[in-house]
Amino acid sequence: MDHHSILRVVSKLLIPPIIVYALYVQWHGDFGPGGGFQAGVIFAVAFILYGLVFGVEAMTEVLPTSVIRVAMSLGVLIYAGTGFYALLVGHNFLDYESIGHGGHHAQEWGILLVELGVGITVASVMIGIFVAFASRTPKLKDEDW
Amino acid sequence: MMTGISLAAIVNVLLFTFLVMTAIAIVRVRHLFAVAMLSGVFSLLSAGLFVALDAVDVAFTEAAVGAGISTVLMLGTMALTVTREKTTKRSPVLPVFVCVVTGAALVYSTLDMPAFGTAQAPIHEHVAPDYIARTPDDIGVPNIVTGILASYRGYDTLGETTVIFTAAVAVILLLGSFSRKKQKRTDKE
Repeated sequence: MDHHSILRVVSKLLIPPIIVYALYVQWHGDFGPGGGFQAGVIFAVAFILYGLVFGVEAMTEVLPTSVIRVAMSLGVLIYAGTGFYALLVGHNFLDYESIGHGGHHAQEWGILLVELGVGITVASVMIGIFVAFASRTPKLKDEDW
Repeated sequence: MMTGISLAAIVNVLLFTFLVMTAIAIVRVRHLFAVAMLSGVFSLLSAGLFVALDAVDVAFTEAAVGAGISTVLMLGTMALTVTREKTTKRSPVLPVFVCVVTGAALVYSTLDMPAFGTAQAPIHEHVAPDYIARTPDDIGVPNIVTGILASYRGYDTLGETTVIFTAAVAVILLLGSFSRKKQKRTDKE
């Protein structure tokens, strides 16, 4: 893709706003539309766009596959960990009442934590699947498509 | 200005028309690259429909997953396999018959469904009013959807996250690219 200068310039312009938007959707999921899943997917799209235009090798240098692998399980662990934390301090599984000061404060923090878990898992899973497909794909010439 | 026809109705009719046109194009085109791109267009149009239905979060999930990621994955699969659809010599009568009968049954069943976008649909009349009434007191977040997904239905969402994780583990085990790529790189060096 070295000669597609328009694609390279446009995607370089687009990637930062995409990531900022993903973070906005992640952290404002309880106020505006969206949440962990949406944020994770949008975050992954930024990396996939980079991988498409600049090559998977360049993308995995930014985000090594080992990091993707750890992040995939880290998200689930954060989510389940929130649940087990509630169990440990004597509440029901995933009962956010156990976090912070209780009440709405606890709900907000609980939701923030589990959405973070969902976001991390979804983003890394999407990027991981993309890498799994793309790094097996032989290099195609433009005419082959 | 025309009276009686709202802008939303015109947009909906336009979107559905384009959706049908895209579907017909997908059936007719043989080149799989074009088919993958058209299915991306199909997802983007559906995202437009979700916006018209005020489901913005569903809309950008559809735009990112349907139009973005799944198109890329389809292209990736295509690059691993073939780029043109195989033509078969079998007679198309039976498949067409099955499709027409199924389609007719589906259209017939939509006659009993509530009108498009109506507020009186059953889904809005069972648990939804209860959640809307209780969420400000119980959870206190302005986005009720998030309150339901992450707090009332926290178990379900944990299950969903685990499903996504399991899917990725399965794909990576099947394609096995993560470790192999590293070996290649060390070979080069």
